[in-house]
Amino acid sequence: MIFRHYTASAYEWARPMKKILLFSAAIMIGIAFSASAMQQQHNEFPATSPPFSPGIFPCNACHEGLPVNAKRRELKDEHTSIKLRHAEQDRWCLDCHSATNRDKLKLADGESIDFTESYRLCGQCHGNIYRDWKAGIHGKRVGYFKGGKRTYFLCVSCHNPHDPKFKPIKPLPPPIRPELNNGR
Amino acid sequence: MEDNNNKDNKSPTRRDFIKLMSMGTLAGLSLGSTSCSQMDMEEFLQKRFVEMSAEEKKRVIQRLEEKYLKKYGKQFHISTQAAEPGVLWGYGLDIARCIGCRRCVYGCVAENNPSRVSPQLHWIRVLRLKKGSLINLENSEHYYNPETVPEPGFQYLPVQCQHCDNPPCVRVCPVKATWKEPDGLVVVDYNWCIGCRYCIAACPYKGRVFNWAEPKIPTAELNTEVHYLGNRPRMKNCVDKCTFCIQRVRQGRYPACVEACPTGTRKFGNLLDPNSEIRYLIENKRVFRLKEDLNTEPKFYYFFSA
Amino acid sequence: MEAWRFFKRTVHMVFFGTKGYYLWCAFLLTIIGVAIAFYMKQLEGGLIVTNMRDQVSWGLYIGNFTYLVGVAAAAVLLVIPAYIYHFNPIKEIVVLGELLAASAIIMALMFVIADLGRPDRFWHVIPFIGILSFPDSLLAWDVVVLNGYLILNTIVPIYILVKTYFGKEPNKKFVIPLVLLSIPWAVGIHTVTAFLYNGLGARPFWNASILAPRFLASAFCSGPAMAIIIFQVLRKTAGMKIKNEALFKVAELIAYAMFINLFLLGAEIFKEYYSATIHLAPMEYLYQGLHGHDSLVPWIWSALIMNVTAFVIFLIPRTRKNLITLNIASVFLIVGVWIEKGLGLIVPGFIPDTLGEIYEYLPNITEIAVSLGIWAFGLLIFTLFMRIAIPIQRGDFIHSKYNHVVVEPQYDKIKP
Repeated sequence: MIFRHYTASAYEWARPMKKILLFSAAIMIGIAFSASAMQQQHNEFPATSPPFSPGIFPCNACHEGLPVNAKRRELKDEHTSIKLRHAEQDRWCLDCHSATNRDKLKLADGESIDFTESYRLCGQCHGNIYRDWKAGIHGKRVGYFKGGKRTYFLCVSCHNPHDPKFKPIKPLPPPIRPELNNGR
Repeated sequence: MEDNNNKDNKSPTRRDFIKLMSMGTLAGLSLGSTSCSQMDMEEFLQKRFVEMSAEEKKRVIQRLEEKYLKKYGKQFHISTQAAEPGVLWGYGLDIARCIGCRRCVYGCVAENNPSRVSPQLHWIRVLRLKKGSLINLENSEHYYNPETVPEPGFQYLPVQCQHCDNPPCVRVCPVKATWKEPDGLVVVDYNWCIGCRYCIAACPYKGRVFNWAEPKIPTAELNTEVHYLGNRPRMKNCVDKCTFCIQRVRQGRYPACVEACPTGTRKFGNLLDPNSEIRYLIENKRVFRLKEDLNTEPKFYYFFSA
Repeated sequence: MEAWRFFKRTVHMVFFGTKGYYLWCAFLLTIIGVAIAFYMKQLEGGLIVTNMRDQVSWGLYIGNFTYLVGVAAAAVLLVIPAYIYHFNPIKEIVVLGELLAASAIIMALMFVIADLGRPDRFWHVIPFIGILSFPDSLLAWDVVVLNGYLILNTIVPIYILVKTYFGKEPNKKFVIPLVLLSIPWAVGIHTVTAFLYNGLGARPFWNASILAPRFLASAFCSGPAMAIIIFQVLRKTAGMKIKNEALFKVAELIAYAMFINLFLLGAEIFKEYYSATIHLAPMEYLYQGLHGHDSLVPWIWSALIMNVTAFVIFLIPRTRKNLITLNIASVFLIVGVWIEKGLGLIVPGFIPDTLGEIYEYLPNITEIAVSLGIWAFGLLIFTLFMRIAIPIQRGDFIHSKYNHVVVEPQYDKIKP
């Protein structure tokens, strides 16, 4: 979520109105500052959008009315294609996904965050990597590295959160051996 | 002196001989000059890039764009953007993350217009080394081609021009065709190089390659946004090398290899900017440079993030 | 008028001669013709028609260049005994030795041009017109000293010959300082060429202090060995007066030089094999083969055997003073030092390359043809120099005012 600073507009024709509005604006500014302080200025990471599978979001389209079963189990009815291979001995789905609102993720202190800020969740356990990512030296960036046109990639852009380890890929061809060119 | 008069009548004199020779020479020279076009003559007499005035540079760019249009049928845009002050480009490479997939190699190829075949010129070379030894490059394998990478038990080390601060290649060039720009990039003026290959002998990192024949580039794959000292199409028998994508970095963009890497192994930035990525990693990671004992002061920092 | 007569007579001497002379020139011209065809192919297709690649970017051409700079430098060895030890029998061959040096330098420069990727941009190297990176680049130094040496070695013989032609004694005050200058200059050209390789930290095989002394020692073997053979040929075909003692003295000096060369080789081999660091690799490639690559091994061992044999022959007075063994040893030296300094120096410097790769380089037909052509051209130039110089030195070709009975040069056998 990106907080904007609300500015008060002066309604000349209603002085008492103006006082109330100024007061509420001040409160809102106060909330904005404290909230952004809590968020540690993360809004300067112009990150890509989360790579959702088509049609899966918003999750509440299905989960709005469903009962919540917080028992740790292997899912049999839905989401059977997701094989969890990410600390699966110690964690399961609802440790990261908010049980009450499936459109949000859950931090350790109970805070709900959007999928666009999923790096905060990953950073809870992977603190060293999170620190490097914020500095810009973990993972990939493209575009312009000067003047804020840099685009960060979310953790999940490269790492599948359910099975994060990179699979081996086919390398591109080796260079042609110089002997093959001889006498050409 | 009687000899003189006798000889005049019988055999050709010295005067006649000299007349014949000079006429022949003039004829030969004039024939030669008609076959060369105006453009070829200008290219032949072209000065070294650094010595050119702004006017001359403009004329040279115009002529080159014409030439490329005629040769490749595409309109090139050749930049001569100069270095910015307060900039010294540095590169970081995370050995822990490189999986040897060579996408950097071919990303560079797509961006920089090298010859694709006969000769195949790659500015980046990825070395495969057994785990446990990183420095003795004699044990490296350049031509690995397994089904998938990374292979267990091996680590990968990509090498390219290190843009040394004390470059041996610049020191040995007899005509100063290669030099270090103010922002630290070591560049080549392809039209000034005489092809003696002394710089290739002098480079400890195999950073430079030679266009052994006329470069062969498929027209469809030509990149038309080029820099005079960077990725403009070269000609046969001259040297070329990685330029840290001079056409990109001087505009603030990442080099092509940085963007091509799928694991985020490559980092780039301004060494003189204390807030840059490269400065952060030098400060917070354990960095080393290749063959530091040769005192070449490379600006390519290898490190391990894990 | 005299100049015209001179010109006419030299043209006559060059274009007319014995059957042996015609055969020799035809042979050389054929080789040159073939070489020109191959060189045109190289100009057209680029250097890819050779076997050189990024990994081994210098090959046969630069190997020949190195060897020939040594031969040119060795002309000095003929000069030193004549002028410093006043060994008169050598005095006659000084001029011819310097012309040999001039031909060798011309060949060396031609090899550089043959190796150059863009000879059309050669003007870039000329100081003040192009940009010559002096004093940073050793190649720039080489351009300066080689051309200077060429000028020196053409001025002195031409001056002496012209004076002799006019029946006058050459002015010692002009000749001796220039000759004395050419002694350190000769050492200089070969030292600069050695430093060319020596100064590259990237190539540990060359980056050894022993390189420059070895260059000089091996040059002082091969150059005079060539001179010994050539002067015997000239004695037979052109009636040049050379005493055997002169040849034997030169051979003795060669023996000393070869001793130094073999000693320095031994020192190099000890250092590499005993400390056995990773820098042993190029030497191991050369003498034993490396990871299964061993194409240079038979070459270098033949060279070593030839050099040692020649050294022994030159050392023992009995074999030194026997013309047959002398000539065999001279040929051994010429070939042995060529292998050691040409292929055996340039190629292992690149193997393994800076990133540890091994690309086995052996020259292909284009390089061999062009190299043979340049050698043939040098021999042709030298032959033509001799055609004119020897009759002048003998006194047969002289200014018309000295009404000599014999105007035609004699080409019969003349006892030394």
